[in-house]
Amino acid sequence: MQQEAAIREPLILGNKTYKDITDDVVGPIVGPAPRGWKILITISSLVALYGIGCILYLIGTGIGVWGLNKTVGWAWDITNFVWWVGIGHAGTLISAVLLLFRQKWRMAINRSAEAMTIFAVIMAAVFPGIHMGRIWVGYWVFPLPNQFGSLWVNFNSPLLWDVFAISTYFSVSLVFWYIGLIPDFATIRDRMTKPLARKIYGILSFGWSGRAKQWSRFEEVSLVLAGIATPLVFSVHSIVSMDFATAVIPGWHTTIFPPYFVSGAVFSGFAMVQTLLLVMRKAMKLEDYIHVRHVEYMNIVIIVTGSIVGVAYLTELFISWYSGVEYESYAFINRFSGPYALSYWTMMTCNVISPQLFWFKKIRRSLVATFALSIVVNIGMWFERYVIIVTSLHRDYNPSSWGEFNATSMDVGVFIGTLGIFLTLFLLFTRFFPVLALNELKSILKSSGDSQKALQNKESK
Amino acid sequence: MADSKVLHVMYDDDMKLLDAARELVAQGIHIKDVYSPFPVHGIDPVIGIKRTRLAIVSFMFAMTGTSLALLGMWYFMISDWPMNIGGKPSFSLIENIPAFVPVTFEFSVLCGAHGMAITYLLRNGTLPGMPATNPDPRTTDDMFVIEILDTENDMTADELEAAASKTSPFEMSTKQYVA
Repeated sequence: MQQEAAIREPLILGNKTYKDITDDVVGPIVGPAPRGWKILITISSLVALYGIGCILYLIGTGIGVWGLNKTVGWAWDITNFVWWVGIGHAGTLISAVLLLFRQKWRMAINRSAEAMTIFAVIMAAVFPGIHMGRIWVGYWVFPLPNQFGSLWVNFNSPLLWDVFAISTYFSVSLVFWYIGLIPDFATIRDRMTKPLARKIYGILSFGWSGRAKQWSRFEEVSLVLAGIATPLVFSVHSIVSMDFATAVIPGWHTTIFPPYFVSGAVFSGFAMVQTLLLVMRKAMKLEDYIHVRHVEYMNIVIIVTGSIVGVAYLTELFISWYSGVEYESYAFINRFSGPYALSYWTMMTCNVISPQLFWFKKIRRSLVATFALSIVVNIGMWFERYVIIVTSLHRDYNPSSWGEFNATSMDVGVFIGTLGIFLTLFLLFTRFFPVLALNELKSILKSSGDSQKALQNKESK
Repeated sequence: MADSKVLHVMYDDDMKLLDAARELVAQGIHIKDVYSPFPVHGIDPVIGIKRTRLAIVSFMFAMTGTSLALLGMWYFMISDWPMNIGGKPSFSLIENIPAFVPVTFEFSVLCGAHGMAITYLLRNGTLPGMPATNPDPRTTDDMFVIEILDTENDMTADELEAAASKTSPFEMSTKQYVA
């Protein structure tokens, strides 16, 4: 059995046994829905319905109901797309990259972070879909034989690369998530007493029996999926950044974009994980599994990626001057002093200054401060995308075609709506799915549980 | 094997199961299978499970994806309808390949991941609606079971039971084997 240093902080508190882990995770699924959950899901589904209404109105009327114009043809829609895709990155990073690095703390958070990833990618996919205007011909993005010639989609375009990247990312994340869920569904199946619930979880568990050979295959599949999901995570947001970087628009046309976007994505993704998990652990009484140590680890990731983002902002500024390209330098002067200066300084404060507060151990380990800062980071990262997209577009080469973008109620409505749909999906997940990878957690109980640490400390004395 | 009997020996700890399995195998007993709520590391070589070849399967699927993606893009962009984009015409695959790298990569991952996942589910016999075959519902919670068949061993069911009871199991049961 793997041993771990006794002085390393335990990952599972509360003297748990294998059975306790099952009880703690399956208990809330078997029991009645708590009041708070019912209130939350009512609010979020109402918001979701409002958002769906806005989307239907938009599809029926046309994308003119957004504040887009001839100059600024991309604004909130693509901002929201990039923001949601970015949020999705934390889940795969936790489950794939941290698996490759054998980080045991990932096991308490990977299931819910992956669920978050999947829901966030669905929300992201909504935006390019409805931005097409005629969503019923959305299948034109795929290279299908047709009666126009045959005309094919353009494989030289990053927008098409995005189609492949996002659909691969979504479906591979879904499979990764579900393969991990199968054994846990089997645990729920074997605990359920009501015949209908037993039947449903029986179907969901695919008849998993936990044979030694099945587990051996399970571990290999998890490892290989993690291995191929890792470059996938990096490729997806790199490709998203190339939607901008391959354009000739000043402020977009930079080689720094792929790493800058990827670290920004991980940064905002971890912030969203913190926001959701800090509430979830309290509401579902999972404090023994997701505790201060886990939060601190995630905050460390936030410092690292947040600092990379900060350096990227400053590099962009410096290079815009150093390049001697006047359009490029104007784009940046316009960013911090033009009509969108407020957005720029919001972005700078939220993304560059606030994560640096995590250098203080007190703040890093404070749940209240983490929750507050995670929301600040989420806001900041939304503004980052908004600043990049709108400020670069609204004033480019030709002053006669300069313009401004003002959001309409439909811009706001669709965005708020996706937040509602996302939360509704996440709340349904916490109610009916095992929110912790409970069987994986059992496998680290002996090496990282506090009972084992106490035993080791006793022996060493 | 209508008259064969199956012995289920249950333990309440993964280390106890591992020790017991080693002991039984040392006595020349063939263990048919082990059921556990999580992977018991080190059990595979003891009960003679070979390493799975799913990683190779994944590689083969991924290479299929690579070839299909390149073939497709060659057909769409070079052969069927070569477009002149920004003064950079698409007349040769090799000159256009940098632009095709992202889609080739994504498609390879798509095929590799899904091909392996489908193979995994088929080989495991885990598909929607399949019946569960674990001998006891507690094996997905906190119990660990060794499964021994008398027809696969030289001993009788009673002899096997006697051998297994020396490994301090939590519970034991012998049943008629239903394949």
